[in-house]
Amino acid sequence: MNASLTRRHMLAGSAAVLAAPGIVRAQGAPLKVGVLLPRSGYQASIGQDCFRGVEIAGPILKDIGLPELQIMNADTETNVEVARARAEKLIADGAQLLIGAFDSGQSTAIAQVAEQKGIPYVINIAAAPPITEQGYKFVFRNFPTAPMILNDAFINQKEIFAATGGAPKSVVFMHVNDTFGTAMAGGIGGVMPKHNMPYTIKETIPYDPTARDLSVEIAKAKAAGADALLVVSRINDAILLTREMVKQRWTPQGVLSMGPGWYEDQYLKTLGKLADGPLSFVPWYDPNKKLSKVLEGALTKKYPEINLNTNHVYTFEALLVAADAYKRAGSADPKALADVIRKTNITDNVSPGPGIQFDAKGQNDKLRLSAIQNRDGKTPTVAPQAAANAKAEWPMKPYDKRS
Amino acid sequence: MPLDIYLNVAVSGLLTGLVYGLMALGLSVIFGVVRVVNFAHGEMMTIAMYLAIVAFQAFRLDPLVMMVPIAGVLFALGYVMQAGLINPFIDRPEHAQFMLLVAIAIIFVNVLLLVFGPDARSVQTSYAFDSFAFGRVIVDATKVYAGLAAIVVAAALFSFFRFSDTGKAIRACADNYTGALVVGLNVKHLYALTFGLGAACVGAAGSMLTLIIDVTPPLGPQYTLLAFVIVITGGLGSMPGALLGGVLIGVTEALAGLLFAPSAKSMFAFAILVLVLLFRPQGILGKRAS
Amino acid sequence: MSLAGFRGRGGALLALLFAVLILAPHFINDYLLTVLIIILYFAYAGQAWNIMMGFAGQLSLGHAIYVGLGAYTAATLYVHFGIGPWIGLLVAIPVAMACGAIIGFLAFRFGVAGVYFAILTIAFAEFARIGFDHIAYTGGSAGLFLPVAQYTHNDLWNLRGKPIMFYYVMLAFTAAAFLLCRYLLRSRMGYFWQAIREDEEAARALGIDTFRYKMFAVVISAGMTAVAGVFFAFYYNNLFPEQVFHISRSIELILAPIIGGIGTLFGPVLGAFVLTGLSEAMTELLHMLGIDVPGAKQVFYGVCLLVVVLALPDGIWPWLARRLGLGRT
Repeated sequence: MNASLTRRHMLAGSAAVLAAPGIVRAQGAPLKVGVLLPRSGYQASIGQDCFRGVEIAGPILKDIGLPELQIMNADTETNVEVARARAEKLIADGAQLLIGAFDSGQSTAIAQVAEQKGIPYVINIAAAPPITEQGYKFVFRNFPTAPMILNDAFINQKEIFAATGGAPKSVVFMHVNDTFGTAMAGGIGGVMPKHNMPYTIKETIPYDPTARDLSVEIAKAKAAGADALLVVSRINDAILLTREMVKQRWTPQGVLSMGPGWYEDQYLKTLGKLADGPLSFVPWYDPNKKLSKVLEGALTKKYPEINLNTNHVYTFEALLVAADAYKRAGSADPKALADVIRKTNITDNVSPGPGIQFDAKGQNDKLRLSAIQNRDGKTPTVAPQAAANAKAEWPMKPYDKRS
Repeated sequence: MPLDIYLNVAVSGLLTGLVYGLMALGLSVIFGVVRVVNFAHGEMMTIAMYLAIVAFQAFRLDPLVMMVPIAGVLFALGYVMQAGLINPFIDRPEHAQFMLLVAIAIIFVNVLLLVFGPDARSVQTSYAFDSFAFGRVIVDATKVYAGLAAIVVAAALFSFFRFSDTGKAIRACADNYTGALVVGLNVKHLYALTFGLGAACVGAAGSMLTLIIDVTPPLGPQYTLLAFVIVITGGLGSMPGALLGGVLIGVTEALAGLLFAPSAKSMFAFAILVLVLLFRPQGILGKRAS
Repeated sequence: MSLAGFRGRGGALLALLFAVLILAPHFINDYLLTVLIIILYFAYAGQAWNIMMGFAGQLSLGHAIYVGLGAYTAATLYVHFGIGPWIGLLVAIPVAMACGAIIGFLAFRFGVAGVYFAILTIAFAEFARIGFDHIAYTGGSAGLFLPVAQYTHNDLWNLRGKPIMFYYVMLAFTAAAFLLCRYLLRSRMGYFWQAIREDEEAARALGIDTFRYKMFAVVISAGMTAVAGVFFAFYYNNLFPEQVFHISRSIELILAPIIGGIGTLFGPVLGAFVLTGLSEAMTELLHMLGIDVPGAKQVFYGVCLLVVVLALPDGIWPWLARRLGLGRT
C-alpha cells in the first residue's frame, strides 16, 4: 500500500526541482518536523525560549515510546513575509508537519501555506481566534484563544477569592495596546458579565507596548483608587509597572495578570523580593502530571537557571502531538497525519485539563488554564484545585514592608 | 485629579526628558556640524547600554560612574566610524548617507543579538527603588541622578564648544566650511572629532538610561526616532535646544498620557514634530539656516 | 535620461527577462515561487517609491503609510462589505493619493525639504501606526483578519487562490509599473522632474511650476504604492498596524531602489532581485554550513549592504549597465 503511493507521488513530480511534499516513507524513519519560530527580530527572546522546549523534547518522547522526530529549524525573523517563505522552503525540503510560530500574524501566514499544501500544522502559541475559524482542515491549535483565557481567568479568580476569603471590590484594568492585549480587552466586555465577579472595573488604561516610561500610567492607576490591579502586559512592562508601583508607593491588594510577564524568570530575578505576590492566569503546566515533572527535570538539567514556562510547555506539546500522530498513523502521509491528529487524545501530557484533543475546527477547547503565584523566585500553581500544588495568598504584602 | 499627580508626572517627565535630551544632544552636534543624518544613533546608544551592563556585572561599578569610560569608548567608536566610513558620504545625497547608516545599524543590532542574546538586561543598583518626597510630590531617585548627570554632561559639552580652541574650530567648520578650509583647519579630523563627541554624548546618555529602562538588541530605532523628534523640535545645532526639546517632549508625553489615552501619547510628540517642521523648521532655539 | 537601451541588446535582455518570468512558475517549486512573489512585490513598491525619490528627488522614509492605507482600505471593504479587491483598489488608490497630497502640500507649501521632509514622512507614518492601533472598526492592534474562504481554485475577482495566481497578478503589476515609469520618464513631466531633482531653484527660475510637479510625483507615487498594499492584504490575509505601518517596513521598501539605482528604470527591479536573492541565499548557505545562530544572517546581510553602498554609490544598475554597454536607463 505504501509502495504504490510512493510510486504515484514520484510520477506526479516531473521536473527535478519540483519538490513533492509528503513523500511517504516507510515507518521507522524519523518524521520530518519543520519548526518555525521568531529567533531574531523583536520577538527573538520568546522565540528562543520556545526553542528550548524543542531542544529537550527528543529524549523525553523516546522514553515514552514515541517515534523519532527529525527537527528542521527555521527562523521567521518576526516577519510575516519571511514566515511564509520559510514555511514554503521547509515543505519544499520535505517537512511532513509544521509547528510554530508564536505570533498570530506569522501563524496565519504559515497556516495558509500549510492548508494549501495539505501539510498538518500544529500551532504552539497564538491566541487570536480567527486562525481556527477559517475552516482549515490541516491547522491545529493546542493553545487557548483569548476568550478561553479570559473565561478560565475569571473562574480561577473566583476560586482563589473563595479559598482566601478576600476579594477586591474594584480593579483598575491596565493592558498593553498590542495584538494580545487588545484582544483580551476586547473580549472582557463579553466574557466578564457571565461570571458575576465580585469586582467592577473602575478604569481602563491602555498603554503603548514600546513605552519607555510607565510612571504616568501608574499614577493614573493609583489615582483611580481601586482595590486591585487587573493587567495584561508583557515582560518589559511588567517590570516597569512594578518598579513604578514601588516608587510611587502604591501596593494594590493584589495583581491579577492575565498575560505573560509577571511570572517570567527575568521578572523574578530582576525584582527579587519585590516580585512576590502577583497572580498570573495563564496557559501553564499541571505540576501534578507525570510528564510535567519529566519535562521540568529535563529543562533544569540543561538550563538550571530557567523555570519551566508556557513557551517550553506548549512547544513541547506540539511536538508531542506530532510524534503521537505519527505513531498512530503509521505513515508520514500528511493527509493521514491530519486525520489522525484530529482524533488525538493524549491524556499523559503536560498542560492542565483532560488532555490534548481537537474539536472540528482544530482547536483544543478542553484546555484549562492555571493560576500561578510568585513566591520566593518560584511560581507554584494555586488554582484550579485539581492542578494545584500550593495555596493562594491574598492580599499581597505591601512593597515597602519587604526588606 | 489632584494637583500633586500632575506635578509628579510633570517632574518625572522633566527628568526623563533631560536624559533624552542628552541623547539627542549627540545627534544635534553630529547633524549640526557634520551634517550627516545618523540613523544608527539609537544603536550606538544600545551599545553603550550593553557596555554599562557588562561593566556593572563584572566590576559592580555604578553606571553613573562608568559613564565617563563608556563615553570614551563610544567616542573612539564614533571617531573611527566617521573617519573610516562616513567621511566620503558627507557630500553625498541624504539617501546614500541613510543607506550607509542603515547598513551599519543592521550590523550593530544583530551583532548585539549574537553576543548578548535576545533577553532583556538591566542593572540593579542599590538605590534603584528609592524615591524622594517633597511634600506630596514623589520623585524617583534614579531619575534625579540621571537628570543631574545629563545637565552636567551637557554643561561640559557646552563649555567645550564655547571656550576651547578645538570647540571653536568645530563651530567654525559648521558655520562656514569653505572658510574653515581656507583658514587651514584640518576639517576631516575635526569632523571625526565631532562625530566622536556626539557618540560620547550618546554613550553617557546610554549609561544613565540603564538605570531607567532595560535593554534588548532591537531597542535602538525608537530612540533614533525620538532623538530626531527632539532635535528638530528643540533646534538643530543648538545644544540648549536639544535639552529643551527633550524636556518638552518628556513633559508633553507624560501629561498627554495622563489626560488622554496613554497608548496614544506618542502621537502628541509626532504632532509637535509636524507643527515644528511646518511652522518653525529651525526649531524652538535654532537659528535660521543661512 | 536616454532609453536607447530598449533597442538592440537592452531590448533583447528585457524580453528575455520577461519571458523567463512568465514561464518561471512551471519550472520552480512553490518556495522559489514565494520568493519571486516577494521580489516582484519589492520591485513594484520600489518603482513606486522611485518616482518620488529618483525622479523628483523627494526622500520619503514613511512610504509604509501608503501601503498600509491601501491594505486597510481594501481589507476593510472586503471584511465588512464583501467588496472585492479590484473595486477596493478603486477606493484605496484615491485614499492614498489624498494622503500623499496632504503630506506633499504641507511639505512643499512650507518649504520642508531634504532631511526634514524625510522626517516629516516618518512622523506621518508613525501617526498612522498609532492611530490605526486605536481604530476598533479595522481591528485596532488586535489585527484585521481576512476570511480565507477557499484556496483550491483561483478566484481572480476576490484574489483568493493559489500562489501562482498571486504571482501573475504581481508580475502584471510590476510590468505595468515599469511601463508607466518609462512613459513618465520620457514625458514632459519626466524632464521637469529631472530638472527639479538636479537643481530645484534653477528649475523654478526657468519657469517650471515646481510645486505642481512635485505634487504630481508624490500623488502618483502614493497611489501606486497603495496597490502594493492591496496585494499585501489579500496575499497575507492579516494586517496589524504595528507591522504594516512600522518604520522598518518603510526602510525595507526603499532598500531595493537605493541599492539597485535611484532614478533608473531597472534599478528597483534589479535591487529587489539582488537583495531578496542575497537574503535567501545567505539563509540557505548558513543552513548548509550547519550554522544555526539567529542573527548571523542579518549580520552578513548588513555587511553586504555596506560593501555595495561603499563600492557602488549610485547603485548596482548604473554600474552593470555600463558593463553591459547598455547606456543609461
